[in-house]
Amino acid sequence: MNGIRAYPARLLLAIIIALAVGVSVAAAQETRQVSDDEVNQVARDMYCPTCENMSLDTCPTQACADWRAEIREQLAEGRSKDEIMDYFAARYGNQIRSAPPREGFHLLAWLLPLAGVLIGAVLFGRYLLNLQQAASPAPAVSSRKTTPSDQNAREEYLRRLEQELKE
Amino acid sequence: MTADIGFIIVYIAFAVSIYAGIAAFLGGRQNNPRLVESARNAIIIIFPLITVACLILIYALVRGDFSIEYVWRVSSRDMPTYLKVTALWGGQAGSLLFWNLILAGYTAAAMARKWDQERPLMPYALAVIAVVQIFFLGLSALVENPFTLLPAVPPDGQGLNPLLRHPGMIIHPPLLYLGFTGLTIPYAFAMSALINGKLDDGWIRTTRRWTLVTWLFLSLGLILGGRWAYDVLGWGGYWDWDPVENASLIPWLTATAFLHSVMIQEKRGMFKMWNMFLIILTFCLMVYGTFIVRSGVISSVHSFAQSAVGPLFFGFIAIISIFSAYWLHKRRHDLASENKLDSLLSREAAFLLNNFLILAIMLATFWGTNFPIISELFVNEKITVGAPFYEQVNGPLFAALVLLMGVAPLTMWYRTSAQRIGMMARWPALAALLFVILLYALGIRGWGALLGLWIVTFSAILTILEFWRGTQARMRSKGEMPWTAFGALMARNRRRYGGYWIHMGVIIMAFGIIGVEFFQQETQIRLSSGESASVGNYTMVFNSIRRYPGPDDLLITEASADVYYRDRFVKTIYPRTEFYTRSGQPMTIPDTRSTITEDFYVRLLPWEETTTTSGLFRLYLNPLINWVWAGAFIFIIGTMIAAWPDPQEEKIKIAASRRAVAVAER
Repeated sequence: MNGIRAYPARLLLAIIIALAVGVSVAAAQETRQVSDDEVNQVARDMYCPTCENMSLDTCPTQACADWRAEIREQLAEGRSKDEIMDYFAARYGNQIRSAPPREGFHLLAWLLPLAGVLIGAVLFGRYLLNLQQAASPAPAVSSRKTTPSDQNAREEYLRRLEQELKE
Repeated sequence: MTADIGFIIVYIAFAVSIYAGIAAFLGGRQNNPRLVESARNAIIIIFPLITVACLILIYALVRGDFSIEYVWRVSSRDMPTYLKVTALWGGQAGSLLFWNLILAGYTAAAMARKWDQERPLMPYALAVIAVVQIFFLGLSALVENPFTLLPAVPPDGQGLNPLLRHPGMIIHPPLLYLGFTGLTIPYAFAMSALINGKLDDGWIRTTRRWTLVTWLFLSLGLILGGRWAYDVLGWGGYWDWDPVENASLIPWLTATAFLHSVMIQEKRGMFKMWNMFLIILTFCLMVYGTFIVRSGVISSVHSFAQSAVGPLFFGFIAIISIFSAYWLHKRRHDLASENKLDSLLSREAAFLLNNFLILAIMLATFWGTNFPIISELFVNEKITVGAPFYEQVNGPLFAALVLLMGVAPLTMWYRTSAQRIGMMARWPALAALLFVILLYALGIRGWGALLGLWIVTFSAILTILEFWRGTQARMRSKGEMPWTAFGALMARNRRRYGGYWIHMGVIIMAFGIIGVEFFQQETQIRLSSGESASVGNYTMVFNSIRRYPGPDDLLITEASADVYYRDRFVKTIYPRTEFYTRSGQPMTIPDTRSTITEDFYVRLLPWEETTTTSGLFRLYLNPLINWVWAGAFIFIIGTMIAAWPDPQEEKIKIAASRRAVAVAER
């Protein structure tokens, strides 16, 4: 019943919706202003392969300036930091990352220190225990006093300190 | 003409060192004191010889004798005279000669002094020192002779690398060389003790002060390097974990471990093998570090140009490693401990834990520094191991070390009970916790930073309490007044309380480092005249830029900006860039407003266009950075206290060690 009069209204609504969608899509594709700080956020964790051991955000060469411009463009397009770093790594190798990536062979860079510390701690602990058990078991010194008071602890410490200082 | 004299002198010094080595070795084997005496004189003579060679080179540098290749490489007509002198260590060949000068100076001083103590150790110590000098003098004579001539005389030189034309850089290499070369002395005496089979404390006592003084210079070199990087290099930081920085940190770490663990040997005759191993490792790492710097094997902002010295260094390291390992293995039974570990909660165990942590840091740093080579060898992929790696791996280890620094003095030799340690630690722990809660209430966030701040505060309180308890002990036993007791405490127990000052310095530096690393803020922005930018509570209004020529062939671009703190004018700063027209390398010299709480630090960036009314700036807020320098200062004072000779203390120590030996022999 409202069909004939509703038709132009529905058409108008459809056009408005289409326009709204269109405008927002267009707006998303507009390049936005990217600040230097945002570029540096990404550049800080990258190294330029031509400069020796300088991070991209502090390197003064033209090559690095070009790279920072590229980062700026990609940030404007809405890419994330990880995406941008992957982009550069794919083209120039993993050396552009400021630390080895945690995958493949390079995981070794991270795992070895961790494993080293853990294994070292275990070995060290066992060495200490061996050394201790090899000695004659120490008599229980403080079995006389059940809970040394604060004052007692300090007195004992001071006495031993005086002794050491005299030596 | 003078170049020829210099050339020949270096060869003569090389020949003398060969003679010294042979004479010392034969004198030791045949028990011939006259040969040994002759070797000693030969070693001492090398020092004046190299001094003359250096003076000749300095003269050539100052006069601008560009027929000499080295002079052409590092000097130029328009350099000021003081820079021409310091150009002596501005390049590979000259710095190698300078290295030889310092090495010869150290060994001459050691040989001139130590003759009467430890006479049996002399021959082989001399031989080892001679071998080290043979290597380095050989490099100077045969491979990188600074007096090589150019086929034609050029009109002017290339000039010193701009990075080296600053006061901080002038003092940095000499300090580091003093720190590195000095490690030869304890190494030589350790090897001599091994070869002689004379494995008591003698070699340690003889060389303890040398090791401490060498360590002091190495520490100074590291600290000044950091300060210079912050003040002048202007990339906004003070330590970059650059391969060459790491190369000087690594032997410093093992030397620190050694300085601690020898105390166990002196007190209880334990861990002799370990101490031998540590000093040998420190020396080998030192030579390896020099190899890294001079061969360019790992690329770095520091590296000298690649040269033939690389493979030769590698060969030398292999020889000394095999030689040392052989003797260490041969004497392993004689290096057995005199005593056993009585308790896991003893000072001995605390020192061992110290060694474990320091060695973990050293190995992690060594691994990170060398991983790029490994990666390229095994998977043919170049990789960068930068600051984030070291921060994540070493950060927690350093934190544990600072914690240990505070707790370890609570342990006693032989054994302590956990209850006693708990008793003495609980109020400081609580006080530190309250402080951290207060900081949290004031807005400090981040569990890593808060944990670090708790550790630093806890250790600081415990260390201050150590001073207090020591003063108390003196007041009770000697009846002195507080300040007298405190002063006497320092004077009478330099090693222990100098050590606590050093710990205090490190703790204060840690506090500063936490501030900068966790809470630094920065922003980068292009400003036109009159525009302003802010970071934290600071606002900066840019005025203008002017360009003017400076000394040397400098072109200076200097910005002027007004700094406001909480909207009140504080000062005008002048960050600038310097451009050496001949070499084309720009340098950024920042300007700062420094207070005890933070630095407001500004750089004028050179890589985009700068006009009189427009510039690209980077502003930093560096919280607590000045605590790093203050802590470093206390650290140095502490080291000097610990190293200062005390004749009274020496007598007591010698008597004590004789007693310990008598007890062990019973």
